Amino acid sequence: MIDIGLGHYLTLGAVIFSIGIIGIFLNRKNIIVILMSIELILLAVNINLVSFSIYLGDLSGQVFTLFILTVAAAEAAIGLAIIVVYFRNSGTIRVEEIDKLKG
Amino acid sequence: MIAHAIFFYVFSVIAVVSAIMVTVSKNTVHSVFFLILDFISISCLFIMIGAEFLGMIMLIVYVGAVAVLFLFVVMMLNVAQQKNQWFVSKDSSGHIPIGLLISVIIFFELIIVIGGWKYKPDLLNSAKSTIETEISNTHSLGQILYTDYIHVFQISGMILLIAMIGAIVLTFRQREGVKKQSYLKQISRERVEGVEVLEVASNKGVKIDD
Repeated sequence: MIDIGLGHYLTLGAVIFSIGIIGIFLNRKNIIVILMSIELILLAVNINLVSFSIYLGDLSGQVFTLFILTVAAAEAAIGLAIIVVYFRNSGTIRVEEIDKLKG
Repeated sequence: MIAHAIFFYVFSVIAVVSAIMVTVSKNTVHSVFFLILDFISISCLFIMIGAEFLGMIMLIVYVGAVAVLFLFVVMMLNVAQQKNQWFVSKDSSGHIPIGLLISVIIFFELIIVIGGWKYKPDLLNSAKSTIETEISNTHSLGQILYTDYIHVFQISGMILLIAMIGAIVLTFRQREGVKKQSYLKQISRERVEGVEVLEVASNKGVKIDD
């Protein structure tokens, strides 16, 4: 309990990852919350990479975390742009009303 | 060691609770606030574990750019005015208490971690960090980022450029009826287009088409 090790950080990453997944599935409000859940998932991956990098003594994990950060920023920008365009065209971003593809 | 454990539990509990609040909170603005709190807690954990550079970059990139972008879009789309109002904005002061609470928690986290990291570095650092501590984290990260990973680094720059172009192209729209000054048109105007010499018959005048 007192001795914090790799397992604690991995558990934290796993918990946040599962919360992000649950957020995607349970969300019935709007798409922005789904994008935020995706950010949570990427954050959990970052926790895993950084903790492995520290406890195994290999810096490559932190370098990859930087790249994940880059991709997450790009993804958020593009996703929000798509949401803005969709809202301009259809006037809603509620998840239930976005059913043009009849999926 | 015990301080490390206490701080780990405090920050991870805050991170997990705020992650849950991101997904379940009714108000999207509150979700963004809790997302910011989550990012800050995790970056405090990164600073504690010994990855200072990544912790600071997380603060700058996630809190300073991504979360503010989310907040901007939430405000701009004005989700309150949709047909079925799931978030009532009658009293807009409802944001203030929860925003205040979150900012106070963020403030104390930053005070604890950054103050401790600056003045008592052996208090928070994990004891079995195996990476050599002679050079700083940022220094060693830069040493491999610009040598071994230089190509990936440049490709990530390309990704950011493409994302920027994509976002601009997606949201750009040409508005009708907006008057703009066209310098090229103005300076390329010739005398023959602007001035016309007419023979005016007396007592009749001229009719100018426009």
